[in-house]
Amino acid sequence: MARAVPLRRKLIFTGLAWGCGFVIFFPILWTILTSFKTEGEAVAIPPTFLFFDWTLENYGVVQERSDYLKFASNSVILALGSTLIGLLIAVPAAWAMAFAPGRRTKDLLMWMLSTKMMPPVGALIPLYLIFRDLKLLDSHIGIIMVLMLLNLPIIIWMLYTYFREIPGEILEASRMDGASIGKELIYVLAPMAVPGIASTVLLNIILAWNEAFWTLTLTTRNAAPLTQFIASYSSPEGLFWAKLSAASTMAIAPILVLGWFAQKQLVRGLTFGAVK
Amino acid sequence: MKSLLAGILGAISLAALASTASAETTLVIATVNNGDMIRMQGLTEDFTKNNPDIKLEWVTLEENVLREKVTTDIATKGGQFDVLTIGTYEVPIWGKKGWLVPLTQIDDPADLLPAIAGGLTVDGKLMASPFYGESSMVMYRTDLVEAAGEKMPEAPTWADIKRIAGKITDKDKEIYGVCLRGKAGWGENMAFITATSNSFGARWFDENWKPQFDTQEWKDTLNFYLDLMKSDGPPGASSNGFNENLALFNAGKCGMWIDATVAASFVTNPRDSTVADKVGFALAPDNGLGRRGNWLWAWSLAIPAGTQKQDAAQKFISWATSKHYTELVAGKEGWANVPPGTRTSLYANPEYAKVPFAKMTLDSINSADPTRPTVKPVPYVGVQFVAIPEFAGIATTVGQIFSAALAGEKTADEALAEAQDVTLREMTKAGYIK
Repeated sequence: MARAVPLRRKLIFTGLAWGCGFVIFFPILWTILTSFKTEGEAVAIPPTFLFFDWTLENYGVVQERSDYLKFASNSVILALGSTLIGLLIAVPAAWAMAFAPGRRTKDLLMWMLSTKMMPPVGALIPLYLIFRDLKLLDSHIGIIMVLMLLNLPIIIWMLYTYFREIPGEILEASRMDGASIGKELIYVLAPMAVPGIASTVLLNIILAWNEAFWTLTLTTRNAAPLTQFIASYSSPEGLFWAKLSAASTMAIAPILVLGWFAQKQLVRGLTFGAVK
Repeated sequence: MKSLLAGILGAISLAALASTASAETTLVIATVNNGDMIRMQGLTEDFTKNNPDIKLEWVTLEENVLREKVTTDIATKGGQFDVLTIGTYEVPIWGKKGWLVPLTQIDDPADLLPAIAGGLTVDGKLMASPFYGESSMVMYRTDLVEAAGEKMPEAPTWADIKRIAGKITDKDKEIYGVCLRGKAGWGENMAFITATSNSFGARWFDENWKPQFDTQEWKDTLNFYLDLMKSDGPPGASSNGFNENLALFNAGKCGMWIDATVAASFVTNPRDSTVADKVGFALAPDNGLGRRGNWLWAWSLAIPAGTQKQDAAQKFISWATSKHYTELVAGKEGWANVPPGTRTSLYANPEYAKVPFAKMTLDSINSADPTRPTVKPVPYVGVQFVAIPEFAGIATTVGQIFSAALAGEKTADEALAEAQDVTLREMTKAGYIK
């Protein structure tokens, strides 16, 4: 029988959770509020919170100056493309590591993770030269491959963790029934790992959507995503904070909406296997 | 047979038409996000209607992102851009490396301000054409200076600044005598401190590239800056750059602000500034040593050596930096919005002379000489920077050390000793010091 939690404790923890949530969300809220201010009000001292003359002027200027839809569609193509290709590689890799581990599987996993520890700028010039020679600069396929490789260790690690939770006996049973490896993966493993795969996909889309270093360096116009759209509104000499906030709000809006609707799935997937 | 001939001729005509259509040249222009550059993007119809075979595509980015991206592209000959917007720091370095194409079609090059053109010329060839130029100057609140019983000289000394700042500061009312850059970075606090050090007789390196932070001149510079900011600067000044100080000044919190001349149009714009009608201008201060504490900078247009579209790029830069372009802006948006600081003829124009900050901007630019920036001789070019590739890295580290001193984490002596060690080590490693 579940133990009753005292009301006072419930209130304290609920308050704390809301407080933490508000602190974490505040910078985003502030950005959204600033996007509805004039440039003068955006930097007013003391700052105004809700009581200011709300204006849509910044959104108008941003729409007029930039082709938002082109940047946004590029972000969608890059995030989805890199995630799908990543999954195609990661699912078999994670399956092999989870159900047919070798002597060096653990080392291999650690090595894959260690590639995330290198500062990206260390690989900038070699990668730029490869892209130049293969004519991949400012191309969708080029940046999709980079984003996929960048996030591949995380996808494999996450899927590996989920797959390990699935009893190997079920897969063995399907093999006894004559299922090939492909069928075993598609009809037996995948349906059982749906929450894990879904959260991996969501997290990977978010990571690819927000990636700024490579997308800013390797794209110019054709494949430039929303990170470049935001960077075009930042300036060290000139107060364009309201316009920058409007551009940022427009850039994060799609991923914010996606995150909102998928939050249950995301939390479930991320905490899967965390408590035993 | 006739129909076959007609068919062949028709196909040839179509091919010729198609080749004419594909002869359109697309110029990719990399630029920074500032008011003047954005304005130009809206006025390019004037260029394209006279050059229908040239299409313009813009890549607008934040200054530091742009610098990183353009540097990578030009160093690897990536060829992603046909026209670059680059600063005065890059032009001499990139020009010497052969990364830039000399400009040959500039409209009346003799009309360019000598101080600006000098910093963009390598071996007698103009490597970039200035789109707008800037120096630094004192912007001050006329009402606060008057209330303090003072009068701001047109060419103040640092002693004047210290005295007036002391009288204006009223910390209870959150009014601070002077706002200066403190945020770490070679283009942030180090631009200001290096320019200030010139007026104190200091220099980054002697004739043999030996760092000079262990000299009395640097000690005087840093002690003055730290004392002034401690007594009359705003709290948290070590995080303040151009934008933060602009916000403070526009909110009426600063008695004086010494920064880029381009700020004049922001602080006098009643839409954004609460003190727009109470701002006066003066030259950057000096110490009577023959050098003022002002810098010199220009955003200029240049052609990377890797481009295949040099002709079209030359034509575009010629238009964008021409006298015709300034007249175009003046006609559409008023003289106050014309890109400043590039041409002598602009300052001879009686209409432009009516702009309140025009004369002070010109005087400030003219009083800076990038080829002789310091009191003592130096082996480098540049007023607020040293035009060598290693400078950005070294000055960013030194900027962090000085910013920490401003935050009270170390003394001026400790900061200078550390700056000397770092600079000596890096310059030795780079081969300047044997």
